[in-house]
Amino acid sequence: MIEFRGVGKRFADGTDAVIDFSLVMPSHQVTVLVGSSGSGKTTILRMINRMVDATEGEVEIDGENVATLEPVQLRRRIGYVMQSAGLLPHRRVLDNITTVPRLNGMGRATADELGLSLMDTVGLDRSLARRYPHQLSGGQQQRVGVARGLAVDPNILLMDEPFGAVDPIVRADLQAELMRLQRDIGKTVVFVTHDIDEAFLLGDQVVILATGGVIAQKGTPAEILANPASDFVADFIGADRGRRSLRIVEQAGRRIVVDGDGRAAGVLTDDSAAR
Amino acid sequence: MNLFQDALAWLTDPERSAGPNPLVDRIGEHLWYTLLALVVSALIAIPLGYLIGHTGRGRQLAVLGSGAARALPSLGLLTIFTLLVGVGNAQVAAIAVFVILGVPSILAGAYAGVEAVDRTVVDAARAMGMTETQILFRVEAPLGLPLLLGGLRSAALQIIATAVLAAYVGLGGLGIYIQRGISLRTYDEMLGGAILIVLLALAVDALFAIGERVARRAIGSGPTRSRPRPDRPEPLTTDQQSTLEEIR
Amino acid sequence: MNWVAANLDLIVELTLTHARLSLLPILIGFVIAVPLGAFAWRFRWARGLTLTVVGLLYTIPSLALFVLLPPIIGISFLSELNVTIALSIYAVALMTRSATEALESVDPDVRGAAAAMGYSGWGRFWAVDLPLAGPVLLAGLRVVSVSTVSLVTVGVLVGSRNLGYLFLNGLQRGIVAEIATGIVMTVVIAVVFDLLLALAGRLVMPWTRGADGGRTRRAARRIALTEGPA
Ligand SMILES: Nc1ncnc2c1ncn2[C@@H]1O[C@H](COP(=O)(O)OP(=O)(O)OP(=O)(O)O)[C@@H](O)[C@H]1O
Ligand SMILES: [Mg+2]
Repeated sequence: MIEFRGVGKRFADGTDAVIDFSLVMPSHQVTVLVGSSGSGKTTILRMINRMVDATEGEVEIDGENVATLEPVQLRRRIGYVMQSAGLLPHRRVLDNITTVPRLNGMGRATADELGLSLMDTVGLDRSLARRYPHQLSGGQQQRVGVARGLAVDPNILLMDEPFGAVDPIVRADLQAELMRLQRDIGKTVVFVTHDIDEAFLLGDQVVILATGGVIAQKGTPAEILANPASDFVADFIGADRGRRSLRIVEQAGRRIVVDGDGRAAGVLTDDSAAR
Repeated sequence: MNLFQDALAWLTDPERSAGPNPLVDRIGEHLWYTLLALVVSALIAIPLGYLIGHTGRGRQLAVLGSGAARALPSLGLLTIFTLLVGVGNAQVAAIAVFVILGVPSILAGAYAGVEAVDRTVVDAARAMGMTETQILFRVEAPLGLPLLLGGLRSAALQIIATAVLAAYVGLGGLGIYIQRGISLRTYDEMLGGAILIVLLALAVDALFAIGERVARRAIGSGPTRSRPRPDRPEPLTTDQQSTLEEIR
Repeated sequence: MNWVAANLDLIVELTLTHARLSLLPILIGFVIAVPLGAFAWRFRWARGLTLTVVGLLYTIPSLALFVLLPPIIGISFLSELNVTIALSIYAVALMTRSATEALESVDPDVRGAAAAMGYSGWGRFWAVDLPLAGPVLLAGLRVVSVSTVSLVTVGVLVGSRNLGYLFLNGLQRGIVAEIATGIVMTVVIAVVFDLLLALAGRLVMPWTRGADGGRTRRAARRIALTEGPA
């Protein structure tokens, strides 16, 4: 469990990026921070592994204040995946994935074995292991990033817009993959995005942020959809534009689900048949 | 072109290897001074350049150094240092000048190499739990190697050129043939010496060029340093995304 | 300092000659290198060859060039032309590279936008590419200017009369102040030229004042840091 208590961050230049932020991120669940650009999502995320140090309040991991932990050691047991993958361009895919285990003293052979199995886990063909990052597609690079984040089998995985730089089709693919993975491994995931659809898709808990890391609303996707707390939230999730309100229309004996603009979204089937 | 034939004849004259002033010795001297000065400069400049590049502090120093190295006339430095340490110590004076002129290029190369490393890569390395030293030596230094070699290359050429002038303060090296040639009006000697100097410079340059190429390949960057991708493509707005979905 | 007081006339005379000797190579370098650089930038096939040749040219140590040039182009060793031409060659070599890089630093999006507005060919070159490459061109020119002023002093070894004279004369007579004066005056000329160029840049390119040039700024800084003749 990760807990923020009254956390604030003022950068050296005086910017108040996050003001009095409190939140509990439950273990083995996906918490999604969603908000527009500059709302403080990245700052909040990076206070967990001390890439950014809070200037006020405490961040605790399982009751331990991170401020008391040594940053390098802390970071080595937390996975971190970022938008542009941030792969080391001078190291091959396999070496990128196994960087941290190797830093921790794992032998080459064991590490390579681990790396290859992680490639399987994230759906990367093993034949790519000897390539350099620039020889991969954006989607593949992103998978390497995820594999690297998982390399030390961390309890916590921080993901900062990990799928932000890939095209929508690949993104959908990666999202599906992440959901499958999370079912198996059940990490405590903190996921940052500004895509509300992605947030609803992946989040067990969705936190909608306004500027300064102010929580506009938090809850399960269903709770937020059912009851947007404010106009800001309604606007953000697109409820006001009718995108989120679906109705059922009978046609040719079947029940079609139609969105606010009258476009068909799908066919309604029996619950038992759907599963 | 007659003069060049004379120069060629002078270069191939048996006197050049057997006589009192053998070519090999002069070439050896020239290379030795260059190497010595290059190593000393590198020992000073690389740590300093890495420090500036890694911390981002003291950039002005690097810029100022490059400017100064360019503006200071090398012949002036050579002569004044020689006077200051005494004409008998020409070697000390010359090496000091070589180092003064060599340091800024190497410093700039080390610094620029580290600075050119994509900040998101460094950020990711830090987020993974690399210590600052590990970031410097495992990420920034290898990725900055081509630019560092570029700096060493400029420094080496600068030192070779200055070592030519150093004949005038009594250092020896290949410049001695030009110096004597000019004062004695022996054109074959002066041209022969100049040709050798050019060849030496080109050879050293080629060596570094190969080194840079190898380094570039070793760090796995593409054949040319392609334009950096904009590190942050504009995020799609929710509206654009729904439009996209509708298109699909 | 006695030496300075006693030789003011000489110092002034040499300084003026030195400045005059430096000016022509800088100008020639700029005038030849910009079209050459544009050529190398525009036509991919010409690029490798052009940049390799200019790269090799400024590998040549200056004194060796002063010695080799006269018999090649058929002039006297001791003529002033020798130094002028040799230094022009360095200037062209340095500046061509900067010019190519300057044009490359122009944001392709801006070029694309200009094309979309209907600029093409030469029109776009004059109206968009060249002005936007301006700051990097200026950075290159400033490097050329400082290097040339300093290299002129080597010319004294092949009979050119300039501030370098104070170095040889000072060495022979053992007068530190004389050499120091030569060094200081060389640096002064270089700094004055540099300030004048910076000023000219501000007048000609008012949009660069205080603006964050991004790509161009980075390219300009790289050139200011790492380019230089041997
Ligand atoms: N190192 C820094 N120094 C000063 N201000 C900063 C720094 N990093 C972030 N900020 C500011 O803090 C605020 C929050 O930034 P943050 O990066 O957390 O936003 P974000 O929600 O992640 O935005 P985005 O969606 O664009 O990634 C912004 O106003 C930003 O400009
Ligand atoms: Mg962010």
